[in-house]
Amino acid sequence: MNNIKYILGSFGDPDEMMHGIEKLQENNIKIHDVYTPMPIHGIEAKLGVKRSRLDIAAFFFGITGTCTMLSFVFYAAVLDWPVNIGGKPHFALPDFIPITFELTILFCAFGLVGSYYASTHLFPGRAPRVMDLRATDDRFIIAVDAKQNTEHNKIDDLLKEAGALEVKHNERKYISYE
Amino acid sequence: MGTHNYNLTEQFEFTGKAKTLSIIAIVVGIAAIGYGFSAESLHERTFANLLLMAYYFACVCMSGAFFLAVQFVAQAGWSASILRVPQAMAKALPVAVIILIVVMGLGLYTHNLYHHWHADGLTDPSSPNYDKLIDGKSAFLNVPFFMGRQVIFLGIYSIFALLLAKLSNNEDLEGGLNSYRKSFKYSCIFLVIYGFTTPIFAFDTVMSLEAHWFSTMFGWYNFAAMWVSSLATIAIILILLKKAGYMQWVNKSHLHNLGQFIFGFSIFWTYVWFAQFLLIYYANMPEETVYFYKRFEHYEFWFYLNLILNFLAPVLLLMDRDNKRQENILLTVSIIVLCGHWVDYYQMIMPGTVEEHHAFGFIEVGIAVGFVGLFTFTVLNGLSKKPLIAKNHPFLQESLNHHL
Repeated sequence: MNNIKYILGSFGDPDEMMHGIEKLQENNIKIHDVYTPMPIHGIEAKLGVKRSRLDIAAFFFGITGTCTMLSFVFYAAVLDWPVNIGGKPHFALPDFIPITFELTILFCAFGLVGSYYASTHLFPGRAPRVMDLRATDDRFIIAVDAKQNTEHNKIDDLLKEAGALEVKHNERKYISYE
Repeated sequence: MGTHNYNLTEQFEFTGKAKTLSIIAIVVGIAAIGYGFSAESLHERTFANLLLMAYYFACVCMSGAFFLAVQFVAQAGWSASILRVPQAMAKALPVAVIILIVVMGLGLYTHNLYHHWHADGLTDPSSPNYDKLIDGKSAFLNVPFFMGRQVIFLGIYSIFALLLAKLSNNEDLEGGLNSYRKSFKYSCIFLVIYGFTTPIFAFDTVMSLEAHWFSTMFGWYNFAAMWVSSLATIAIILILLKKAGYMQWVNKSHLHNLGQFIFGFSIFWTYVWFAQFLLIYYANMPEETVYFYKRFEHYEFWFYLNLILNFLAPVLLLMDRDNKRQENILLTVSIIVLCGHWVDYYQMIMPGTVEEHHAFGFIEVGIAVGFVGLFTFTVLNGLSKKPLIAKNHPFLQESLNHHL
């Protein structure tokens, strides 16, 4: 038994890589993930990737900002230090809409950056998770979990048949932790 | 992305229910106008409603031309297959322009509209009617210059609207990129003219009803209203055509794009509306607050209804991605937004004309229905003249394969 963890098919052309995905799927081989240097149209549908829930997160981050600012304004302008400004009510809502709007956006933006870092493990000081460095440059990578799919020779053949320039057997998941 | 077998010579047939209903609506409108002119006391209210709907009609049509121009200048590909709908709206603009100018001319002549700056003795210092503010503005607000501006602005919009429709027609016949390049050039010129003149058009047509008051945001506020109502109209026409079996190439992604537009520009409308409101509320100067004082005193229901229909409804209903892609939800929201902008124009126009004697009855509903019928009739009639797709548009394939 060998220690191969992941099989990577490295393609030079996105169409050949899409072809490779089809080949693997026809043979019921589960694809772990695909890494490409640029966005590829329609790849999510092909891989069956679930839709991002970032929009729902954005909504709740935004609402948090709205509530934070409105409660702070209520505390500051009504509870803690009421001042008569032009005879208006203490909690003159229209006056506070702009700042509430700003804080909604600020919370939303920070929250989304935070969620993005958390979901991609990209916090400062942490090595990025990369399976093949050339996936950030000029290669399109299909990664197959070698422990789950044990017919390694068949996978190699299928990838090469589809046009893979190189097939790698990695003994560790992320080569960037060095 | 498979191969498509769409019928690219498909043509809309304007017959049957759509034609009957629009003619019935026009008849209802004529009946409402007849009723409005049957009694002297109803004249001003009828004129105010005619101005409202003529302005609305013209705005929706000229924003159809604006939509075309924006698509050409942005070199947008997604919209290439739906351009015939805004083109049909643009082609209806001359009809709207004639009606609007006639309504304004008659309103001025009979002193039912714009009597705030157009009455005897307003600019004569020896007259008891003398109004210093109006006298100061009379170099701009006088009948010849006012009507001249209207004719020139609306004439220019109509010429460009017809030109863009004609170029698309040439493209169908000749093919090639020649028409597209020309459309691009004329769209650039049109957008510059349109951007600078629509605020003045709104100042003239609506803001001058209360000529003492002014707001520099008013032009953009009206621009946002006309643009979003035009987008909603395009969405409604597309969805209804699709439901009737035409334009099967319009997919969820096209609707998604239109939904995003309606969502975004509803927020833009609210932004401009609020920018105008907040400054007046915050500064609290009597000559400015008088505008909102009237609306709070006599139009409170309409004032809040305006915000609910034009801000809360589209924002809450269209925020979700899936909702923008659902035909029925988008259709509902578009209808809400169109009704909302009627309410918006209602509370812009009525306090300056009938003041506290406003009502909501047969005249309001009938004239609105009549203009909707007229709009439907002219637009669908224009739509039926040409194939439903511009088959030689250079970005047509991109639009047919549009996917978000």
